[in-house]
Order: sequence, then structure tokens, then C-alpha cells
Amino acid sequence: MTSNSPPEKRLEELREQAWKDGVVPGKGVNVAGGPIPRKPGYYGQPVVKPPVWTWQVPLYFFMGGIAGMSAVIASGAVIFHYVDLARVAMWLAAIAGAILSPILLIMDLGRPRLFLNMLRVFKHRSAMSMGAWILSLFGACAVPGLIALELHAHQIFPATLDQLLRVAAGIFIFGSAIFGTLLATYTGVLIGATAIPAWFLHRTLLPIHFGTAGLGSAAAVLELLGHRTPALNFLGFYAAGVESALLIWLSVDKHGAADRAIHEHGSGWLIRIGEVLNGPLAIVLRVFGQVPLAALSFLLGALVSRVGWIAVGKVSGSDPESVFAAERY
Amino acid sequence: MIGEGIQSTNQRKHSYVRDRVEVGFFTDPSVCIGCKACEVACKEWNHVPDDGFIWSGNSYDNTGHLGASTWRHVMFLEQDRPKGKQITGLMGLLNPQSGPGRTGNLPDLRLEDPFRWVFLSDVCKHCEEAGCLEACPTGSIVRTEVGSVLVQNDVCNGCGYCVVSCPFGVIDRRPEPLADAGGAFKCTFCYDRQKSGLVPACAKVCPTESIVFGRLDDLRARGAERVQQLKQSGYNDAQLYDPTETSVRGIHAFFLILGEPEAYGLPPKPQVPTIYLKSAWASAFATAIASIIVTLVAFAFFS
Repeated sequence: MTSNSPPEKRLEELREQAWKDGVVPGKGVNVAGGPIPRKPGYYGQPVVKPPVWTWQVPLYFFMGGIAGMSAVIASGAVIFHYVDLARVAMWLAAIAGAILSPILLIMDLGRPRLFLNMLRVFKHRSAMSMGAWILSLFGACAVPGLIALELHAHQIFPATLDQLLRVAAGIFIFGSAIFGTLLATYTGVLIGATAIPAWFLHRTLLPIHFGTAGLGSAAAVLELLGHRTPALNFLGFYAAGVESALLIWLSVDKHGAADRAIHEHGSGWLIRIGEVLNGPLAIVLRVFGQVPLAALSFLLGALVSRVGWIAVGKVSGSDPESVFAAERY
Repeated sequence: MIGEGIQSTNQRKHSYVRDRVEVGFFTDPSVCIGCKACEVACKEWNHVPDDGFIWSGNSYDNTGHLGASTWRHVMFLEQDRPKGKQITGLMGLLNPQSGPGRTGNLPDLRLEDPFRWVFLSDVCKHCEEAGCLEACPTGSIVRTEVGSVLVQNDVCNGCGYCVVSCPFGVIDRRPEPLADAGGAFKCTFCYDRQKSGLVPACAKVCPTESIVFGRLDDLRARGAERVQQLKQSGYNDAQLYDPTETSVRGIHAFFLILGEPEAYGLPPKPQVPTIYLKSAWASAFATAIASIIVTLVAFAFFS
């Protein structure tokens, strides 16, 4: 049993120590029931897979939110005859929604050259498929809407044709507003209807957060572009108010280990910083009349919290205990 | 079953694809010897690239977990429990009071030291209600004639949505610089072999028939029978892992497990994420309508 070779001797020492203390410090083989404490699940391996998405996806959530809700603001501006505001808002919708968003989405694909396969099928039970169609239809409305509005604003064509352009601009802009609200909110459904515990436990909150952050961000960009109107200021107050309420909701509606990624780690800090920037801080700055600062604070918060929610998914998806805990709900 | 020789469903040719018969895998750790032949056969047949050689320190398992380049994964569990009626510990060979050797000096010597080594070959579960298939926006993931879930590699554009939609963490996107990088991959249930009447490579090669391939109905009956058999032999914690009660509604590759599913990294109550769609979309539509109303109010009353 005993041996004089050094490795054997060392092994004997370890065995003795394990018997005596029940634990041997330092790194070693993780043996269940052995001297090293066991990890949760199967050697601590993730039970579900964390998202493979990189920086393009949170940035797309941010851009899509701005684009979609800009079209809503443009519709309001058209109805109440703020033509200049409507034009800027439609430019924003078209650039962010019809150019930047698709580019970001295609960049995130594992095989970007096959991006058109997204439109091979229409699956209402896949939020990703619905999103691809919503984004396409949004672009198909926002771009002609912008062109018609610009042609109408510059009075290029004779009166009868101009009347036609006005009607077309109205239809396309309202169409882009409808798809725009869905573009800004479906992203919450996209990550809410997954197997990632911290995401699916907050599937009701996520679309409200993403949609409202989109509305506030669109108003904030338009304000920063020089449109300091009371209507946009009101939208800024509304969005920051809703975000503050969501911050309270998140801190009350806790699920222990299941959604601890929202409250702990770096991901938790991103969520908190984001929500404070686009909630309470944005309200306070707006109350004191610091509109550009409030707009900047809201935009930064909206971006940070989007990055935060993807980070939460990575942490939560890699944590086997969160999956086991979530299944009790 | 062992001893059936060429009569075993693992060795016979079949026409399940043509006849549209639902097939499955029944994986039984009580006869698995941890040889990993299934892992090797799977990689060889399907040309799955190697994804690195890392020493994990987790028993004899250096494979880690299922993923884009691991479609069969043999788990090695070391548990401080007895396996059936096996006798463990020193078996009375050494008496701590009077026996020879140095063991007499050790305090708190336990004569019974229950320990078991359990091997289980994990694989894609081919769910009845499959999260990855529902999530796929390109229609790349389809259901085959035999009820399995198949990714069509040439259609997949690598959006990564199936990865977060699988309640078992099976499917993954293959990273650079591996062959065919960018697409999502998982077990194909050897659909190509099955079309030619062949048995999936892992089941064909399994030397103890721990992996059994066959008609799903037959396998379920066989699994229930095996659990009874094991319980009679003292394996009190033997049970089938086949979540038919949850929204997944059963799996085509089901397992016999000893102990709790958590120890195998298997979710006790897996749910297909589509059940969350209703409440999430309701919230999205409410937010959409609220945003339109608030914007109209803003322009109407704040000018």
C-alpha cells in the first residue's frame, strides 16, 4: 500500500488530509462526494446555451426602437401639421430603420450572405421571423413615405399630382407608424420568448421597456436635432416616467437565483445604470429645463440597458442554478 | 437487447423513413461503460470537426457539453451513492481495530463508502414540441418523416435564435475557424443513414446497446420495463427522463437516469419557449397602442 515514490507519497498525504478535514484546498479534480466541493448541475456546465449574439444586436434594438417610434412621431406631426418635424422624423426613421438596422442585423448573422433566407417563410410562432417581416415592411413604408413627403414639401409637381403625393405620403407614413410600433416592441418578445431564465421571467416587462425606450429615444434625437417643441418634451417626460416605474418593477419583481443576473454581476450594473439614466435622471434634468442633457441621458440609458439585457442573457444562460430555479415558477 | 445479436433493432435494416414510423433513442446508463464509441462514430460519420482538446478535470469527461461540434456527449458522474446492491468500501477485509496496515490510525473510518460511477450518453432530445424548430426564421429546421428534428445546413443563415430557444441547450452556432462555421448544428438523428435503412451511427456502434434505436412506442415500453427491472435489483432511484407532462410534450431521445435530472444537467421541467409568446405579444401590442395614443395626445395638447 505504501510506496516510496514522491507522487505516491503526495497522494497518501492528500488522502489523509481529506479524511481528516473533509476538504483539500487548491485546484483539483471535482469529484462529487470527494474532498472537493461539487458544483451545481453537471460540473457547473450551462443547462441552456447563452446567446451567441454580439454588439450588433443591442445596437440594433436601440436603432430599431428609434426608427420605429420616429415614424409614430412623424404621423403625429403630419396630423397636426408640423411638416418640418415630420420630415426630420421620417429621415430618422428611414436612415435608422431601413439602412442601419438591416446592416446591423446582417452583420450579426453567422452567414451574412444568406440573409434573404429570413424571408423564405412566415412563421407567426417565431418572433425572429415576425421581426424580419416587420423590419422589411417598415422599410417598405418608411422609404416611399419619406420620398413622397419630401416631393410634396418641395412642391415639385403640379397641383393634381401633388394632391396624390400627399395622400400617398399619408398612407405610407401611417403604415410605417403601425409597423414602427411593432419594430420597437417586438424585440422584447424576441428575447422574452426564449429558454433564458432572466429573459422569459420578464417577458411582460421587456416589450414595455424596449418600446417606451424607443419612443423616448426618438423624441430625444429629434430634440437634439433642434426641434425643441412642447410635444416632444411631453413625450420625454412620459418615457422617462414609464422607465422609472419599470425600474421599481424590476427591483420588486425579483425571482431569486432564477433572475439574479439582473441584480448581480456586471450585467446587473448595466441594467441599473441604464435604467437610472433613462428614468429618474432624465426626469430630474427635464424638470430643471436641461432638455439637451435630459435627451442625452435618456439616449445613453436606452443604449446601456439594451447592452445590459443581452449581457443578462449571457450570464443567466451560463448559470445552471438559474435554470433549475426558474423551473419552479 | 443484449444477446439478441443480429435480431436487435440496433443491427437490423429498416424502412422507418419510407413507412413514416416515429423512431427514437433510448439511452440506458445502467449498461453504459463510458467507452465514448458513440462520440467517435458520430464525429466520423457526420464529418463533425474537432473543437479543441481541453483537459476539463471533470472525471473522464473532456467533451464538456453538447454543442455545434459535439452531437453525442458521454457524461461521467461520480456520486456518493451505491449502485444497485453493490458492496462498497473495504468490504470487511481490514478491521480498523485489530487488522493489519496503517488504516487503523485513521479517524472516522467508514467501512461502507458508497460510490458509483454513472455514464450517460447525452444527445439532442428531438422534442415533440421543439423550441429550435419553432424559433427558426428561415425554415431551415424541419421535422422529418420519422419525427426527428433536422437542421438543413444549406438554408441556415446563422441568426442564432434557435440557440436561445432550446430548453436543453443542445443546438449551437459553430464558431470560426471550424469547417462550415456560422451555421447552427446539432444531432441529425443520422437522417441520411436512416433514409438508406441504416441505424444511426452511435446506436450501431454502441457495444453494450446502452443506446438503443427503434420505434418510439417499442422503446418507451422497453424503458418502462427496464426501470422495473432495475428497481427490483436495488436501483431505487432509477427513473425515465421523458418530459411528457410539460409543454415539450415528450422527447424522441429519452433516457433512463439514476437519481435526479439536475445532476445530469437536464432541466427537470423543460418548457418550449413558444408558451411565453402570448403574454409577451400582449405586452408589445399594449405598448404599441399606448405609444400611438400618447404621441397623439402630446401633439394635440402640447403645442
